Amino acid sequence: MEAFQWQQARSPAEAAALVTQTTAEAMLTLHDTPIAQQAILVKAGGVDMLDLMKEGLVNPLRLVDVSRLAELQGISRGSDGSLRIGALTTLAQIAADTGLRQSHAALAQAAAMAASPQIRNRATLGGNLLQRPRCWYLRSAAHHCLRKGGGHCFAFAGDNRYHAVFANHGCAIVHPSTPATALLAFHAQVELLHPQGQRRQVPLEDFFVLPEADMHRENILAAGEILTAVWLPPQIQTNRSIYFQVAEREAFDWPLAAVAVVMDLDAAGLCQEASIVLGAAAPAPWRARQAEALLRGAAIHGETAEAAGEAALAGATPLAQNAYKLPLLAALVRRAVLAAAALPQDPRAP
Amino acid sequence: MEDELPRRREKFPFGLAHLGLDEVEREIPADEPPPLAPNAELTQIGKDIRRWDARNKVTGAALYTVDVHLPGMLHAAVLRSPLPHARIRSLDLSPAAALPGVHAVLTVVEPPADGASMVLRYVGQPVAALAADTPALAEAALRLIRVEYEPLPFVVDLDGARRADAPIVYPDSEWQKSPSAGLPAAASDLPITGNIRGPESKGSRGDIGAGFAAAEIVVDGTYDTQVQTHCCLEPHAIVAAWHEDGLDVWMSTQFTAGVRAQLARHFQLPLSRVRVRAEAVGGGFGSKSQIGVYGRTAVALSRLAKAPVRLVHRRDEEQMDSGNRSSSEQHLRIGARRDGTLTAISLHSYGSAGIAFGAGVGNMVTALYRCPHVESRQYDVFTHAGPACAMRGPGNTQGAFALEQGIDELAEKLAMDPLALRDVIDPSPVRREERRMGAESIGWTRCQPPGADQGPVKRGMGMAQSLWSANVQTNAACELRLWRDGRVEVLSSVQDIGTGVGTVLAQVVAEELGLQPEDIQVRIGDTEFPSGPPSYGSRTTASITPPARTAAWQIKEALFRSVASAWQVDPQRLTVQDGWIHLRDAPQQRISWQEATATLRTDRISAVAGRSDDYAGFRSRSGDAAMALNDLGGVQFAEVAVDTETGVIRVERVVAVQDCGRPINPLQIESQVQGGVLMGVSYALLEERILDIHTGWMLNPNLVDYKLTGAWDTPQIEVILLENYQGFSATDAYGIAEPANIATAAAIANAVYNAIGVRMRSLPMTPAKVLHALGAVSGGPH
Ligand SMILES: Cc1cc2nc3c(=O)[nH]c(=O)nc-3n(C[C@H](O)[C@H](O)[C@H](O)COP(=O)(O)OP(=O)(O)OC[C@H]3O[C@@H](n4cnc5c(N)ncnc54)[C@H](O)[C@@H]3O)c2cc1C
Ligand code: SF4
Repeated sequence: MEAFQWQQARSPAEAAALVTQTTAEAMLTLHDTPIAQQAILVKAGGVDMLDLMKEGLVNPLRLVDVSRLAELQGISRGSDGSLRIGALTTLAQIAADTGLRQSHAALAQAAAMAASPQIRNRATLGGNLLQRPRCWYLRSAAHHCLRKGGGHCFAFAGDNRYHAVFANHGCAIVHPSTPATALLAFHAQVELLHPQGQRRQVPLEDFFVLPEADMHRENILAAGEILTAVWLPPQIQTNRSIYFQVAEREAFDWPLAAVAVVMDLDAAGLCQEASIVLGAAAPAPWRARQAEALLRGAAIHGETAEAAGEAALAGATPLAQNAYKLPLLAALVRRAVLAAAALPQDPRAP
Repeated sequence: MEDELPRRREKFPFGLAHLGLDEVEREIPADEPPPLAPNAELTQIGKDIRRWDARNKVTGAALYTVDVHLPGMLHAAVLRSPLPHARIRSLDLSPAAALPGVHAVLTVVEPPADGASMVLRYVGQPVAALAADTPALAEAALRLIRVEYEPLPFVVDLDGARRADAPIVYPDSEWQKSPSAGLPAAASDLPITGNIRGPESKGSRGDIGAGFAAAEIVVDGTYDTQVQTHCCLEPHAIVAAWHEDGLDVWMSTQFTAGVRAQLARHFQLPLSRVRVRAEAVGGGFGSKSQIGVYGRTAVALSRLAKAPVRLVHRRDEEQMDSGNRSSSEQHLRIGARRDGTLTAISLHSYGSAGIAFGAGVGNMVTALYRCPHVESRQYDVFTHAGPACAMRGPGNTQGAFALEQGIDELAEKLAMDPLALRDVIDPSPVRREERRMGAESIGWTRCQPPGADQGPVKRGMGMAQSLWSANVQTNAACELRLWRDGRVEVLSSVQDIGTGVGTVLAQVVAEELGLQPEDIQVRIGDTEFPSGPPSYGSRTTASITPPARTAAWQIKEALFRSVASAWQVDPQRLTVQDGWIHLRDAPQQRISWQEATATLRTDRISAVAGRSDDYAGFRSRSGDAAMALNDLGGVQFAEVAVDTETGVIRVERVVAVQDCGRPINPLQIESQVQGGVLMGVSYALLEERILDIHTGWMLNPNLVDYKLTGAWDTPQIEVILLENYQGFSATDAYGIAEPANIATAAAIANAVYNAIGVRMRSLPMTPAKVLHALGAVSGGPH
């Protein structure tokens, strides 16, 4: 790891003004200037940033630390029931928040299953959404792949067991954020502060970018922009939500497949609205729209859940080594739909 | 030579303690102590004594090699090959050497004998190394070294390397210079064709054709095992200080005395001028047995720089270039009669140790079961990958995965219980008892037919056996020092790599001297003391505790003589207990330990004892290594839950029934066995070195993507220890580390079969593979 400077940001605006590049941009230019990088980058919990620096994937001139900024901390609830989660809220705080576990169980569950207790104590929600993908070619300085500005995707003919089964043309990363799967199911928005001072609020769905639109980044964050918060719209009382995942290890591991289901059931047990998002399946959290459509207006039982699981696979284009993800995703969707319909809001609370 | 020494006859306890003991008469050297009573009659041996170094480790006071900092010490960095196969067209070290603060630079890769240009054979192979004032400067200097590589065709996978048109790893006889993976079956005179070397066919016997002709039932299958890496928490590390009179080395090693011998030979120094120390060692598992290229590099840099040099591997260097467990592909066929008796076993195996040789799968098929016709053909396949080396139960761990599943498959075809079949074919009475105890403990009667559970999550139970030998290092000695102030020291170069041998030494000495373990000063891990055994091959306790007890007994006799002459009695009448020396027949005449040692004529007396031969002789020996028994076993049972919709296997419970002769510290043994089981669970479900076939790079050279079991993945582990007395040595203790690891993956695989009715023949058993095996995935197999 190279030497670097450290600067404590005094306000989000100051951080925005200081930062010169997104981390994705810095990784793009690294290949040509491996050592003497001029980038000034933002750092929150530092979990992913430190990893990237140790691997020599970024060598920032300076890190601007936002982790002490009070205005980016904590969860607040609006009078309409909407939630604002400050970008620096840790995964551990999200997992433990009693209100959130009631109103947005799937998010609390997703946060609780990510990484490991130590990491969750350090990892911030903002940093989590902006962490770089886990594709092992991307993470290896020896492989100058498409996403880093090279001319070749090593995963297609190489080892793609953990890669995407949807929208995987050109580059087949899966989005690494576990909470994002749940956030998308709740139609979350991110709040961004521009270096010039404007704030904008972007639906998470529009924030993420697929490889077909841009191969070099996972989101539309602009250089210098600071992610200040995540907004969750108010939830209907009857909403039920659940997050399920399967990983090779119970902790310290990213999922092989995941699903978040948010469902509104009426008194008759008919599904009024469903949002079903697949994780570890595509370069961005992946809405299973056909499955959602299938459930809308339907009674939830074994068969509809099964059909939803099948429908969730529509459009999948598995690679040589990851076809196993399809039955896995189908089973998770089926189980999550049934669980969301049958269980109270917070079935997995510790 | 030993035969000429006076000997005497003694009666030893014999048999399994919990079934009642017999006696056996042995002839033993006259200068060795009388037989040790069974554990039940002892006060220190066989008791759960706390680790001697526990406090230091927990508080951080323990000194690991990575903690050693000498004045003026330089930091080494190694330039490694970015290509799996390349010729070095040119190599220019001078720009690095010219950088201020760089004190030594050298080429590591050796030129071939014919003077041709140097060839690199795996990603991560050391090319050059240097030593500089700081680690950062060393890294920066590496980037100044100019190398021109000519890429050559390469192959990193087992299938590819066996094709007729495969790129050849060793086109000439150069493979003979390749490292040996240190596996038991690594004979050097085997034929080589392309990348395939072998077969090694040790243990084959009878007429395999006749054996299968006589069979009424035949099972066959192909089993794959992956490459596993050692993942020591403390990386490979050395601090070398070359000075005028010789060489001082601190090293994270499993064998201080062996490293000293290798260094003396390599740098042409007398043994007496090389000192190797290892105070605390953070794991080895076979990978820290040798001085290694990195060790020699650090010493050479120190000689060149005339300053101490520290060389510590990064985690990726650990993963790519510090050894691994070789892979295997095993084609196994077993023939039997309807009553279960085996008629034939045929095993053809191909394994890769990368650029090393010795990728065999051990002696499971040739030695575990009674069978008249056995054909074992084990081939090495060279690939452009980092060299394997010994790893916890090398060979047999891979071999058990195939054989023990094959035997279970046979049992099913014979409609026999797997335990009942083993009762027919396994000659070992100890394992028979272990099967009985394990079955009782896991509740084997609950075992259902394969796939019997309703619902997506299915439970199953399975078992497997292991085979290892009871090894002894004959070049192993121990010194006991008794000071006039009563202090007792036990000294040996033997190192405690976390196995607890220091505690064991204190127990053995304390038992003999009637003291407490904490009264004994343990001074080990330093070649200034008498040469101890290595901490590998499960031989440490077996090799060092007999000389420790002998030396303690000799010291005790000397002290008794001193007291007896003061009391004017026959020293034979003296005994010691709880820190008091007294007359056997008149206990009221007694003297405290301190008062007794004050009667010594000199400030310090000392006794040095070496490891004598086992009293019943050895079955085989080669150099300093000998084998007492070849069926140190252990039987393990596993209970699993398999989610057939997600492919996730949870190992819920493992019962490990193990034997190691006389257990000296059951608590530590249990902890060893738990470690072995954990490593086995990890091997069964998670671990795999993944090499990219197009670039030759390891894709998971860290501990995030290279997956080890964590706390959540850990089953409930129950350890059942047998007390098995043989009257073989002054302590009758044997090893446990490797046997504890061998059966685990096979037991889990058999349990998975019992759960889902489908055999998992490939490691690791990931969700992807389980889903494929269940036919849940459309498209080709994984
Ligand atoms: C072993 C392990 C297992 C893991 N498992 C999981 C898992 O299962 N699921 C999962 O979701 N994650 C997992 N992670 C990833 C971990 O959760 C993320 O690395 C972490 O959340 C990053 O947050 P951070 O605050 O440390 O971000 P940092 O490392 O500080 O930053 C990450 C990136 O975001 C940028 N950034 C951070 N904050 C802001 C901001 N406010 N505005 C603009 N840019 C910003 C930084 O520039 C950087 O590029 C795992 C990590 C490890 C090491
Ligand atoms: S999948 Fe994407 S990140 Fe991975 S190698 Fe291909 S282009 Fe690079």
